[in-house]
Amino acid sequence: MKVQQISIFIENKSGRLAEVARLLDERKVSIRALSLADTSDFGILRLLVDNTDAALFALKEGGFTVSKTEVVAVEVPDQPGGLSRILQVLDESQINVEYMYAFAERNANNAIIIFRFDDIDNAIGTLQAKGVSVLTGERLYSL
Amino acid sequence: MIWNDDFETLPREALESLQAKRLKQVSERVYATVPFYRQQFDQAGVKPENIRSLDDLRRLPFTLKQDMRDNYPYGLFAKPLDQIVRIHASSGTTGKPTVVGYTRRDIENWTELMARSFVAAGAHCGDVIHNAYGYGLFTGGLGAHYGAERIGASVIPMSGGNTKKQLMIMQDFGSTVLTCTPSYSLFLAEAAAEEGVDIRKFKLRVGILGAEPWSERMRDEIEAKVGIKAIDIYGLSEILGPGVGIECIEAQSGLHIWEDHFIPEIIDPHTCEVLPDGEQGELVITTITKEGIPLIRYRTRDITRIIAEPCICGRTHRRLARMSGRSDDMLIIRGVNVFPSQIESVLMQIEGVEPHYLLIVDREGTLDTLEVQVEVNEQTFSDEIKVLQGLSRRIEKEIKDLLGISCRIRLVEPKTLVRSEGKAQRVIDKRPK
Repeated sequence: MKVQQISIFIENKSGRLAEVARLLDERKVSIRALSLADTSDFGILRLLVDNTDAALFALKEGGFTVSKTEVVAVEVPDQPGGLSRILQVLDESQINVEYMYAFAERNANNAIIIFRFDDIDNAIGTLQAKGVSVLTGERLYSL
Repeated sequence: MIWNDDFETLPREALESLQAKRLKQVSERVYATVPFYRQQFDQAGVKPENIRSLDDLRRLPFTLKQDMRDNYPYGLFAKPLDQIVRIHASSGTTGKPTVVGYTRRDIENWTELMARSFVAAGAHCGDVIHNAYGYGLFTGGLGAHYGAERIGASVIPMSGGNTKKQLMIMQDFGSTVLTCTPSYSLFLAEAAAEEGVDIRKFKLRVGILGAEPWSERMRDEIEAKVGIKAIDIYGLSEILGPGVGIECIEAQSGLHIWEDHFIPEIIDPHTCEVLPDGEQGELVITTITKEGIPLIRYRTRDITRIIAEPCICGRTHRRLARMSGRSDDMLIIRGVNVFPSQIESVLMQIEGVEPHYLLIVDREGTLDTLEVQVEVNEQTFSDEIKVLQGLSRRIEKEIKDLLGISCRIRLVEPKTLVRSEGKAQRVIDKRPK
């Protein structure tokens, strides 16, 4: 029920994002979702890809500092209230979100929300108990 | 005006014979009382009785800052503690400071030399001296204080910081002489302007500015913006503190070094060969009257040259040109001595942090800024911003705790900083010269 996410340290200078994209392209790695958190000096690029190990290898070889993090992908109807319901569940169970990002599913009327939790196992258990659809890694990478 | 006519205008011949006599005495003293010097002299194959003239000085071994560290804290003292009445210290590269001790007579001599320096800079009895050098372990505050009292001026022991209060007191108390770092004098002018006050309308007449390197261009700026005569003063705690050398207000060109107490030499910092007057190199000073911690041929690492031509002020003591740099990697940031190795030692203490770093020194307005670039590696990297920012803040705090200066940490990608094989460039100094 956990999804592997790649996080990359990126200095705020021109060409760095392009370099990440180029390295992934060389390995024919496809990006499923991404989010960029930034400060005035640096950013952290978070990626979900179809081949995590190939991407990690390519980026490390390219000189980037990279880490693998486990996140949770939740599927919700792509309509008003979809996100609200999930956040309410988390709030009621006092589960803290470190960060999150979302994207719309291509061939269905669903949205996928990616969550990074402190206590991932507890979060997955709670979400499933409340009937929330938590996606497996295989499912997500193949989207 | 001259404070001590007898000594300050002593004809060269008499001055040099006084130096030779005192050099002989100090050689005997350190050989007899400081085991470090006995060993150094023996290794160099020289005995105090071999020192008969000034030319024999070059037979003596050099003293390095490292020697003071190796003998921390009191190992180089030539007098027992019951004769030491004051102890000062300056920051050291590994957290241990460089320690100096003064006998009652040392304090007396220091006071005399600071009195000479004040008068050479145009200060006199009746002046209100606003002393904004730091009081404490740093020699600046107390050194200037004693000299100012000696000439009969009214001293305001302000110490550093609290700029608004400084300005209020300066204006209300009618300060006529300002003692601080050159950059702080400009900072005061700007802070006054922000308050809508023109510092040039104050009674300030002279600034006696030191403890960091500055330039003729900065002098012009200070004189225009602060509305004072800006006088350069030279000193270092190992030798004395402030008052080793001073510009006279008559010439404002080169700093008279008090040669009845110090013998200056200029050497090539690589070959250690003594250079003739007028040639630029590293300043080496021998203290010939110090009792607490006399130093033989101390390598100051400051780059200058000796100006032997007579000065229009009438003093016979030779002058040092404005310090133009360092022969080591020491930086002076906001008046604080910083060695890149100190930053390195802080980084090494934090688990997972790479010892590769780059220091960017710059100036924003009138104040120096320090940015430390540190590489992020797999151990320190996190996918959460707050963790990385926490790391930056922790390094900033550790540097502040050790060196007493604020800096800004900038995290950079791995392998972007040069590795330490060969001569890695660790410092980029962007400050205008």
